[in-house]
Amino acid sequence: MTSPTTTPTTRTSTPAATGRRGTGPSTKPMIGNRSALLLFLGYAVLVLFSFIYLYPFLVQLTTAFKTNTDAVANPLSLVADPFTAAAFRELAQRDFPLWFGNSVLVTVLVTAGRVFLCSLAGYALARIKFRGRSAVFTAILAVMAVPGVILLIPKFLVLRYLGIYDTYPALILPLLVDAAGVFIMKQFFESIPESIEEAARIDGAGTFRTFWSVVLPMARPALITITILSFQGSWNELPHFIVASQDSDLFTLTKGVATLTSGQLGSGSQYPITMAAALLMTIPVAIVFFVFQKYLVRGGTSGAVKG
Amino acid sequence: MSNAGSIRRGQTRAGWLFVLPTLVVLGLFLAVPVVMALWVSFTDWNGRGSPFASGVGFVGGDNYRELFGEQGGLTRSDFMTSLRNNFYYVLLVVPLQTAFALFLALVLNQQMLKAVGFFRTAFYFPSVVSSVAISLVFLFLFSGGGVVNSMLESIGVDGPTWFNDSRGLLHVVGDGLGLWSASDPPSALVGGGALGLTWWQWLSGPSVALSVIIMLVVWTTTGTFMLMFIAALQDLPVEVEEAARIDGAGRWGVFRNVTLPHLRPTMLLVTTLGLIGTWQVFDQVYVMTQGGPSKTTLTPAFLSYFYAFENQEWGVAAAMAFILFLIIFASASLQRWLFRDKDAIELKRQERRTKKARTRAATGGAA
Repeated sequence: MTSPTTTPTTRTSTPAATGRRGTGPSTKPMIGNRSALLLFLGYAVLVLFSFIYLYPFLVQLTTAFKTNTDAVANPLSLVADPFTAAAFRELAQRDFPLWFGNSVLVTVLVTAGRVFLCSLAGYALARIKFRGRSAVFTAILAVMAVPGVILLIPKFLVLRYLGIYDTYPALILPLLVDAAGVFIMKQFFESIPESIEEAARIDGAGTFRTFWSVVLPMARPALITITILSFQGSWNELPHFIVASQDSDLFTLTKGVATLTSGQLGSGSQYPITMAAALLMTIPVAIVFFVFQKYLVRGGTSGAVKG
Repeated sequence: MSNAGSIRRGQTRAGWLFVLPTLVVLGLFLAVPVVMALWVSFTDWNGRGSPFASGVGFVGGDNYRELFGEQGGLTRSDFMTSLRNNFYYVLLVVPLQTAFALFLALVLNQQMLKAVGFFRTAFYFPSVVSSVAISLVFLFLFSGGGVVNSMLESIGVDGPTWFNDSRGLLHVVGDGLGLWSASDPPSALVGGGALGLTWWQWLSGPSVALSVIIMLVVWTTTGTFMLMFIAALQDLPVEVEEAARIDGAGRWGVFRNVTLPHLRPTMLLVTTLGLIGTWQVFDQVYVMTQGGPSKTTLTPAFLSYFYAFENQEWGVAAAMAFILFLIIFASASLQRWLFRDKDAIELKRQERRTKKARTRAATGGAA
């Protein structure tokens, strides 16, 4: 009795909802038109927004290979005429390679440190039952709530006080821990079954050994997520580097490239140079982004949703 | 028994060893410095030597009074200008980025569309790119004879010189509507004022230059929030929407009564993150405008940095940072409260309605 009546209702549910007014065969073409129109509108919106989102990057790419005269005279054109790599040669002669090297060094060390420390702390908070655990966790939550930008002056003060202002450790040490990273790792460790570690512990492995050789290898997806997030975060970091040093030998990409606009190097309106610099600093992040996209997307939302 | 105790002790030691490095770094570079800065905000330290040296004077609340009181002079008007700018910035960026993110998520969530992955990637990509790189690109796009103005020119519009234009949008719009003349503002607004700025200055709206930064940030952040909305939308079982459809709800009805309520927690999250982020705008100001033109892109974060590192007025600068902290905390709490309150009110109203309906039904039945 019930099945014959429900089946037709579900089958016609969608058309019935879209075209409530009409009944029978006459509604069918109308619905088709309406869906087609919506589909068309959907694609129109997406294409329009893709243009808004991609065009600036195309402008950046082509302007980097233009002469400044061409860039100023034909800003809309996506063809460099004449085509020149002069902007890149110019950057190579300046401090750009130094900035790039500094950024690579800082990013690699910060990322390595964060992956290790965040997984250590995340594991302890998820699995090890120790006195004071909830207090530690609350403290880390509180730290996450402090807005980063009010830390500019405090960071400078403490770096000076410790005597490491204007050194590589000043660029690296304060970035070594990311409370959100600890959080992501904790959540991941809580999601894997405890039985495997118990087996290892019964076999006589110590806590660190269990963590290092049993748990960590299982945490690959989360580790990749943390790696990507720290890579991107430290590569793009600007305010911390501004307050942690003033020596131009310690400039990272973000800090160095930012000086290009303020005209300190006399290139305020040399658009091909600034576009080339922007392009070069985007490429590493772009590669990582396209290769590990699914991890980044997952981490980006999960970390934030939980925070 | 003693064995269990030793395991317990071993666990405690291991646990503390595991979290120790994290705690040391967070304590040393976060907790301790905040306390140091709080101390500095009550002194007249000039950046030379240690802020704890005996020569540094304790000035009590003077630095804070300078930000709000008559004696502040230029400092106060700078700070108030930066608060005004950032207020208009928040007022525009948060709703715009939330609306665009929700809109794009809803479009991308349509099952009939293909190549969704490509579009999602395209919209999210700016979120992972350095703010410095994006700021440089926008400097070029919005330069006097740049891309945007060339486009405007092709449709016959004479674009402004974006980064040199300090005109307030509200001033311009009011002028256009004939409410007032921007070159000869009404004396009632110019005559009076509060906290070092005239009413006319308070009512400026964001300047043209600031609106470029607003566009940039909306453009960059929309992708991240879009992902959050998409994740939430995917949690909503298709059957629920279908059931609503079967019950005769139209597209709009389903959206209003099923989809939107389901998205409420995400909405709260997105707007909270938006609020926290927008009150801290720094990078774009540092790279693109340094507060200019005519201080219309000054923000409290940048002003605090500038007063400390350029003017060497560390006490006042630290005080600004703490006021900013309070503002962020207060606006996030306020917003939380607004969201929760609405929920509670709605619930109560519904309860009352059903109760009323029930009594009506009961009395009707009796009659």
